[in-house]
Amino acid sequence: MLEIRFHGRGGQGTVVATILMSKAFFRAGYQVQSFPFFGVERRGAPVEAYLRLDKAKILLRTNVYTPDHVVILDRTLIGTIDVTRGMKDGGTILINSPAPPPNLKAFSRFRLAFVDASRIAQNNQIGSRTHPIVNTSMMGAISRVLGMPPLDDVIAAIREEVPGDAERNATAAREAFEAVQFVEPARSAA
Amino acid sequence: MKQVLEGSQAVAEAVRLARVQVVSAYPITPQTHIVEMLSDYCATGKMNAKFLRVESEHSCMAALIGAQSSGVRTFTATSGQGLALMHELLHWASGARLPIVMAEVNRALAPGWNIWVDQTDSLAQRDTGWIQFYCEDSQEVIDTTLQAYKLAESVALPVMVVLDAFFLSHTYEPVDVPDQEEADRFLPPYEARFELDTKNPCTFGPLVPPAVYMEMRHDMAAAMDTALTNFAQIEDDYERIFGRRYGAVEAIACDDAEIVFVTSGTVTSTARLVLENLRARGEKLGILKIKLFRPFPSEFIRKALDGAKKIAVIDRNFSFGASGIFAQEVRAAMCNAPVHAPVFGYIAGIGGRDVTPEVLEEIYWKTKNSAAPQRESIWIGLQEVRHGS
Repeated sequence: MLEIRFHGRGGQGTVVATILMSKAFFRAGYQVQSFPFFGVERRGAPVEAYLRLDKAKILLRTNVYTPDHVVILDRTLIGTIDVTRGMKDGGTILINSPAPPPNLKAFSRFRLAFVDASRIAQNNQIGSRTHPIVNTSMMGAISRVLGMPPLDDVIAAIREEVPGDAERNATAAREAFEAVQFVEPARSAA
Repeated sequence: MKQVLEGSQAVAEAVRLARVQVVSAYPITPQTHIVEMLSDYCATGKMNAKFLRVESEHSCMAALIGAQSSGVRTFTATSGQGLALMHELLHWASGARLPIVMAEVNRALAPGWNIWVDQTDSLAQRDTGWIQFYCEDSQEVIDTTLQAYKLAESVALPVMVVLDAFFLSHTYEPVDVPDQEEADRFLPPYEARFELDTKNPCTFGPLVPPAVYMEMRHDMAAAMDTALTNFAQIEDDYERIFGRRYGAVEAIACDDAEIVFVTSGTVTSTARLVLENLRARGEKLGILKIKLFRPFPSEFIRKALDGAKKIAVIDRNFSFGASGIFAQEVRAAMCNAPVHAPVFGYIAGIGGRDVTPEVLEEIYWKTKNSAAPQRESIWIGLQEVRHGS
């Protein structure tokens, strides 16, 4: 079983990204379970959501404490909250950012990737200039960094569910898939 | 077809498939998603039903009592304080023998203000004459809600379908959603035995003197007993069409088990995982899942727990001055068996506290390492709290 934790801020579509990714993984043949952090939600405040996937039926019905991978939709959360809390060694961290995070040492135990999802969302007119909705771009990037689910399943889940313009969101996912950059292990360890 | 759905949507889909005609609701977290979806279904014509917005849960149940009395199928959902406010009318609905179906999303009672899972709200309604089901996952939610209508209408008693806040209500997972044609084959349209009809006037809710009241209550008691038999037949029908059945209780690996957990709700799923892990280490754990709480399936429970050396009941609820409520009921069921195992009562997961595999393993080892229960209830995972001077 794999567990993925999503960090974002209220209004960025973090919970929706988690739900849509669960649908994309289900299309790709996985059993899935997704849920938000169980609490009160406010716009702009830190949000967490979780996704479990497995080949067998998922029996565990608890919060996620030791995620395999972490997806960060808002890089200003790094340093504000402990985004690697409980994370398993060797897991992948995907950050919405135009550049690698400044404090690479803090991430040395993990595989690090980044994508400028905010710019991709802005270019595709998803959300507003000041508040781009980055979730669908991040979904494309997840498909790339984890090597699953196939991008086609991500796009299909977006087309089926996204309330706004499905094509713009699908394009954003595809562009983000291509635009992901990995931080070289040597630099990670530095 | 299998879809990834939220637990709340599984409820709404079942209500749609049951062709419910009147929905009345007052919103309360964590029930809100259920009634938001139904409101949307009613507004967009996905459901041909009247959606009544009311000013309180008390009015909500009153509205459904009126609607159901006119001979239509009805639904509502509530949680915690909302259910508490409905209390008086829960008695009225069952006493009037109205087969209303309600989804109850377990929420802790205030104060302290808490929106998270705790079964005390629904279990506190155990004497209201409502049938109660506790569900483990979203598939069971959709199946049980559809079955609830058939059962309620077969015995003229209301049914409460209970699901855990968040761990079920706000969790997305794959669910096989029946199609309408299959649902119609399982659940025919509702035909009321008595209904408000100006062409055939009769009196509803008159004064009932001691000479008759006791017989009315005995009729309700008999209907509850019948519900147990009917539920098995309804599950037969359901299994024939949909290939799924659950049982009033489910005994999991109980045959050779030395310690048997008694569970309800989503804790059962996590317990299944713990069972696999402990069995792999040679520990003989079994699980008895209680799905049907009213009528309480005492005979099934005695039979399933017949060979157990120790019974560990896990309660996400508490009756102050007594113990966990499932533990009380299991003890009451067991005491008339000629010989029976000691019943350990554990309190876990109160007010949304997580019941993790570690919590369940702790319960297993505590039970294994104690010869007999030292107390009625053992609270698991309590932290030391310091009060200010």
